[in-house]
Amino acid sequence: MKILLSGNEAIAQGALAAGCDFYAGYPITPQNELIAYMAKHMGAGTKRSPGPSRIFVQAESELAAISMVYGAAAAGARAMTSSSSPGISLMQEGISYLAGARLPAVIVNIMRGGPGLGNIAPSQADYFQATRGGGHGDYHLIVLAPASVQEAYDLTQTAFDLADKYRIPVMILGDGILGQMMEPMQLSVQKIKTAPVKKWALTGCRGRKPNIIKSFFMREGGLEQANLKLQQSYESIKQAQIRFEGLFLSDAEIVVVAYGTMARIAKGAINRLRGAGKKIGLLRPIGLWPFPQKPFQSKARRLKYLVVEMSYGQMLEDVRLAVEGRHPVEFLGRSGGGVPSEEEIIGRLQRML
Amino acid sequence: MIQRIIIGGSGGQGVMLLGKVIAQSAMLEGKQVTWFPAYGAEVRGGTSHCMVTIADSGIGSPYITAADTLIILNQPSLGKFKKLIKANGLLILNSSLAEAGRQTKIKVLQFPFTGIALKLGNLKVANMIALGVLVAAQKTVKVNNILKVFKSMAGAENPKLLEINRRALEEGLQLNHG
Repeated sequence: MKILLSGNEAIAQGALAAGCDFYAGYPITPQNELIAYMAKHMGAGTKRSPGPSRIFVQAESELAAISMVYGAAAAGARAMTSSSSPGISLMQEGISYLAGARLPAVIVNIMRGGPGLGNIAPSQADYFQATRGGGHGDYHLIVLAPASVQEAYDLTQTAFDLADKYRIPVMILGDGILGQMMEPMQLSVQKIKTAPVKKWALTGCRGRKPNIIKSFFMREGGLEQANLKLQQSYESIKQAQIRFEGLFLSDAEIVVVAYGTMARIAKGAINRLRGAGKKIGLLRPIGLWPFPQKPFQSKARRLKYLVVEMSYGQMLEDVRLAVEGRHPVEFLGRSGGGVPSEEEIIGRLQRML
Repeated sequence: MIQRIIIGGSGGQGVMLLGKVIAQSAMLEGKQVTWFPAYGAEVRGGTSHCMVTIADSGIGSPYITAADTLIILNQPSLGKFKKLIKANGLLILNSSLAEAGRQTKIKVLQFPFTGIALKLGNLKVANMIALGVLVAAQKTVKVNNILKVFKSMAGAENPKLLEINRRALEEGLQLNHG
């Protein structure tokens, strides 16, 4: 049976299905439905939401929320927080610490306009912040970018699994449209997953050697060693965790590259042009870090790319790095509340054909 | 087939709910549908709107830049959205609170939804009368599916509430036949 949910609610529902047992957050538009849904459903077995007792905290600030997530993750919980752009900026210190301490957590950013307090309109201008680390130090998050309510639900469950598997913070990167939009989705009736046993977690050390969780390594060479371990982990993630969707790639003369909401708007434009016999394809990165580089290694002689973003060109840089100058890469983007429309994309593609 | 509907009114007129009822009904019919709300600082008395797109196959943008149908419940919303309606599109207007003016390029169905709702005894069901007009004119969704959605909504566990909404819908269906 399908139900009608917003993207924000679907992410929350996905977290519940994945066995998230600790949530801390601070309200901010356009992701408030997420924290509200968690507030309603995280509590112990109500009629509407039977299940184990879970902890929900509306924190006093974003810094507090991410620090609580750090603590819960260290204690072995499946921990999560969510916010929107300015709130995620406030969390960067904690996110860097999570990465340094190799703690699994899920962080949701439903992006709004920036810089600064910006506005509440949909945006994709936090791509650099999400994929380059965001805070200080040599680290990465796994970044997943759903394009539909169903995918938001599914990928949130994936995010918890990946976080535990690699001991890494995973970010779900959406935008205001994805968060607010309602769509039918399938609520797969599955048993609530429980987190795997975490031998490294701080669970009390009676009868065993104490575990230590830290991101502070003063001994000479200690930090380099820890960082090399991180790099090894990133390498295995790059090998195994590439996600993208390709549409009409085999005969495409122009490939539109877009993620999240922008990709579905682009898909609408592409379907209309395909109807008129134009050879346009779509490449939609689903994982933004690691970025899917291989699908850009086409040997086709006549091929152009058009990157479309709700920013002034951020993923564009990853596309250029992946294309390595073999093909022309053009860009269409708006920001600060502007969303490129199907008509704008069609207009640009027609000029490129 | 793809149908794009923008619904606008003032906060408190049930604009969001109207959109959700259409979206839920379309979902029951196995169609693709998106519902996208205005999510700014909308307040009672100010303008509020949502956008509903219904299609047989995948929907690209949930944001509507050219609407097939506008359902407008107050004057400020008409000013805001009339430029987004396609040529030959349909405007369903609450003439209790808004005036269409001269329209040559679009079809207009206007009835005093608020006035009729008051006669039914509940000001708040003006939205469902408008829904009746929409369904009679465009067969957007089936009446029995709307009734199912009414029943499934939490507030409609109250039989009186269910009944007044059903009557409002019926009233709207009749208006367009008449």
